[in-house]
Amino acid sequence: MSEQPPPPAAPAAPAPAPPAKTADDIKRDPLVAAAIARASDAILDAKEFAGEITLFADRDRIVEVCRAFKDDGFVYLVDLAGVDYSKFPNHTGPRFSVAYTLYSFQKNARVRLRVWTDETTPIPSVTSVWKTANWHERETFDMLGIVFSGHPNLERILMWDGFNGYPLRKDFPIRGIDTGARIYPEVFPEGGGPKAGSTGKPAADVNVYKGEWKKYGTWPLAQIGGGAKPAAAPAPKPAPKPVAAPAAPTAPVEVVEDADV
Amino acid sequence: MFDVHEMEVNFGPQHPSTHGVLRVILKVDGERIIDAKPIIGYLHRGTEKLFEHMAYPQCVPHTDRMDYVASATNNLGFVETVEKLLGVTKLIPRRAQILRVMLSELQRISSHLLWLATHAIDIGAMTPFFYCFREREQVLDFFEAYCGARLTLNCMRIGGMPEDTPPGWLDDIEAFCAKFDAAVDEYESLLTNNRIWKKRTVGIGVLSPEDAIDWGITGPPLRGSGIEWDLRRAQPYEVYPELEFDIPIGKNGDTYDRYLVRMAEMRQSNRILKQCIPMIKQTPAGDLKAKISKVIRPPEGEVYHSIEAPKGELGYYIVSDGKTQNAYRCHVRPPSFVNLQALPALAKGHLVSDLVALIGTIDIVLGEVDR
Repeated sequence: MSEQPPPPAAPAAPAPAPPAKTADDIKRDPLVAAAIARASDAILDAKEFAGEITLFADRDRIVEVCRAFKDDGFVYLVDLAGVDYSKFPNHTGPRFSVAYTLYSFQKNARVRLRVWTDETTPIPSVTSVWKTANWHERETFDMLGIVFSGHPNLERILMWDGFNGYPLRKDFPIRGIDTGARIYPEVFPEGGGPKAGSTGKPAADVNVYKGEWKKYGTWPLAQIGGGAKPAAAPAPKPAPKPVAAPAAPTAPVEVVEDADV
Repeated sequence: MFDVHEMEVNFGPQHPSTHGVLRVILKVDGERIIDAKPIIGYLHRGTEKLFEHMAYPQCVPHTDRMDYVASATNNLGFVETVEKLLGVTKLIPRRAQILRVMLSELQRISSHLLWLATHAIDIGAMTPFFYCFREREQVLDFFEAYCGARLTLNCMRIGGMPEDTPPGWLDDIEAFCAKFDAAVDEYESLLTNNRIWKKRTVGIGVLSPEDAIDWGITGPPLRGSGIEWDLRRAQPYEVYPELEFDIPIGKNGDTYDRYLVRMAEMRQSNRILKQCIPMIKQTPAGDLKAKISKVIRPPEGEVYHSIEAPKGELGYYIVSDGKTQNAYRCHVRPPSFVNLQALPALAKGHLVSDLVALIGTIDIVLGEVDR
């Protein structure tokens, strides 16, 4: 590794910035101009990053916009993803965004449509335009709690029915939540309790062994690589402590510099 | 309410021919399927949530665990997306690019071999299983020689490749390529003109091109329906523009055509590998890493990038906030998840035993469906 470590604060080789295009410039891009002409007043804003065009559409008219793009050759809904913007730096406005990635076989290009919404306002479902939107929208609903109106069966898909919470929301803890309450109501009282796998007692009393602890024998030390070290007398093992299994606090994951690249 | 002839049957989740933990609730009239409802999520591990809490390089091993029989292509999709976000796609050294292509084509071969082995054994042909695993074992040995792992490879890094080729590796691959076509001939001699195989696959699960696009199908199922579309050709990445290969397509869109497409794809992958070996020998050894910052902190923005994984279009949608070293949001577009959605449409009207063939022909990996 002869590379010099660059100053850590510098952003890694940012994309060469062409003169910033205005939203109107992007809307006139030949890729999307014809489609936008079909529903021009429903496109509110436009953005371009890394050569990809993102158009912000009117939420209530998204079906109309999608149809316009489909008629213009964007026949293929590649992806549909929701994003929770509540912790995004300097973000103001509605909490959620849903991104529709469309692909056109003739133009061999993708375009992204985005709409904004909040916890309660539903987005019209595009399942009538593409059948493939069905599971994508169910997943978005399941993971973020974004509601799609007019969806044929908007139910959870990856999590189970009755799961309490939306895992990809930014306020959902990464360690998970207590999920016992709905499965074993007789063991797990409604409204929380110790983690799944325990018995429903207060966390301090869970799995506490009241009897006597047997002493473990001493194990011979493993000899690795010729065993240069003399086998020191191993310290007597402390009796294993009863573990009350408190959930680890959600410390932010430490960011480690990747020394390999 | 049910008609007296109808009943509901659970297929899976613990059934070997569901290729994992897929549960399908079948409504059947005798042996005939009236309706099917796939239930997924048994293998959900919250990968997308984990991505939000890890630095970009730390995410790469987690991508292995999605499609665990094709981890090299998962790695490739992720690192390319981050490189696109950073704007360093052009900086990747040529040797690293060729190596990436070689690993993903080897991965395509091994993934298709596993598919063929299990698909054939699901339908009742036992012998191909042993033949396929004979070659797959060699491919996994190549992976082991390259990075030490056989399944969860973690073999790519943002900005390049971690290791150079081990001594003798290229010659071993060359020897493997020289006899792999004969091995495919051998599998085909067992199945392609086999009367039982054709009875079980021809006309089963016909997918029209229009339906395939409507369902968002990609990969071999799309090409089996006669649409000549492959991301390696449509939006080429790495060194694919320089490589010669054909895109095999089917005619009828049934299970048999999808089988033929995948068999032909293995031959094409082999053809690509054969071209890569002289190419990589011309590049200087050790030139594997682009000069990019060790701290990966992309500018604020969002990108979607996808590659042709063995099972279809594998896409990553990453939103970066420009402040932190982890993705603000990383959404994965797994091919299996989208392709599986068409299962009820394919299964309607067929027999229960055909469902086994249909699950096999979509080629799902539940780790990827559930993430």
